[in-house]
Amino acid sequence: MSDSPSKVPSPLPGPKGDPGGAPVGRRVLLGMLGLGALGVAAGGPIQDVVAKGVDTVAQNDPTGLSDLLPGNRFRYYTVTSNTPEMDETTYRLRVDGMVDREKTYRLSDLAALPQTRLVQDVQCVTGWRVPKTPFAGVRLSALLDAAGVSPEAKAIRFRCFDGAYTESLTLEQARRPDVLVATSMEDKPVTHAHGGPVRLYVAPMYFYKSAKWLSGITVTDEVVPGYWEQRGYDVDAWVGRSNGRDDAPTV
Amino acid sequence: MPPRSDSAKDAPLSRTGRLLRFTASARWAHHATALLAGVCIFTAACLYISPLSQLVGRRPLVTVVHEWTGLALPVPVLVGMVSRALRSDLRLLGRFAPHDRRWLRAALRRTGTSNIPSGKFNAGQKLYASWTAGAGLVMVGTGLLLWFPELASLSVRMGATFVHDWLALTIAVVLAGHIWKAAGDPGAREGMWRGTVSRTWANREHRLWRQEMDGHNDRDPLSDTLTDLRTDASRTETGRNPRDPAGAPPS
Repeated sequence: MSDSPSKVPSPLPGPKGDPGGAPVGRRVLLGMLGLGALGVAAGGPIQDVVAKGVDTVAQNDPTGLSDLLPGNRFRYYTVTSNTPEMDETTYRLRVDGMVDREKTYRLSDLAALPQTRLVQDVQCVTGWRVPKTPFAGVRLSALLDAAGVSPEAKAIRFRCFDGAYTESLTLEQARRPDVLVATSMEDKPVTHAHGGPVRLYVAPMYFYKSAKWLSGITVTDEVVPGYWEQRGYDVDAWVGRSNGRDDAPTV
Repeated sequence: MPPRSDSAKDAPLSRTGRLLRFTASARWAHHATALLAGVCIFTAACLYISPLSQLVGRRPLVTVVHEWTGLALPVPVLVGMVSRALRSDLRLLGRFAPHDRRWLRAALRRTGTSNIPSGKFNAGQKLYASWTAGAGLVMVGTGLLLWFPELASLSVRMGATFVHDWLALTIAVVLAGHIWKAAGDPGAREGMWRGTVSRTWANREHRLWRQEMDGHNDRDPLSDTLTDLRTDASRTETGRNPRDPAGAPPS
């Protein structure tokens, strides 16, 4: 207002020194801040209800547009720019470290071993939870037994063929019956986006422990924190008992 | 400044030359905010929409860019406030006069708003500005809670996630409306890109402002007639501007 093209001196912003009128702008701004605070205070329970509604809509939505709404579905996370796709001819899973017999598995080798199927909720540490998701594959304990773990060994370090992601478990955790080297998810082969052809599935822990694109299992004498664990997340990531969260256990 | 003829006898609309709508500092604040918002929204999409996540990957990098552009969003306007012109624009955006309510009624009834007199900003622009400012601050606040989760309890974090997700979608819709309106109005775009607008455009879309701008050059800026321009166009319109095609409705 004070800059008219001809630079005529101007008494603006107004003959009264003020634009005058109702301060609607301030009310709208403060109103938004108030709504935001209210949403933060009440949003947790609301989101539970809303997410269920959104999921119902999304399941019957052929356009896929409702996937844009915040709900309880898998979200794709990766820490690298691109990850090679692996199949029967290129994929190898290597078991090494403090073992008697280092081993390398192809997909067909894994398929020939006894299979275990688990159906539990998946809980992400960022809050989303996908109910009753079937995973199937070989128990990690079976692979460890086949390799013959040294008595001094304490932990496992997992490597992934995205070239960056790592994970860790103690030997005791790794031997649990609900820890799988999974080749199937939702009763279909694990897709590339979900970490296929082979991913780790650590049922009782937050989902970042279930490393995607699993390529290496190294038995070590100490826990080496994995990728997200070096960035502040808990190493022992039990659902509901870590990362400051109190989610219901994923049973 | 663009050249203009200054003949005091002419009716305002017969003048050639353009009106300065936004000073360089106001435009700089707009463009910098738009750029930051663009990057912030693009990175948000890369984090949130799975197909895009799969395409872009690099989650830690994308996250950092999103966090810092988001945090920086208010900075251009805050820095720009050293400019008196921008401060004056912000004051005008915040205040509602009776003619703004008339404009809003016409907009809601979809009866056309072009000939409802407006000041420098119409009611829609005022509401957009204050709503976006409030919504943006809520996004920064909830974003900080998600950035530093250890600052808040789980229920607050879930509430913050709820608000951040849903408000982001709302802002996307509102911002699309902002861009849509600009796309349909070359005169408004000129004002933001070049800083100046034609008198014809100003007279059609922001008549009270056009009169104010010209009034300062035509008349004693301290004369009382100007006071009425803001609230009641018809009084000062009478006999002054015979070429005005539409005129203000008699009140």
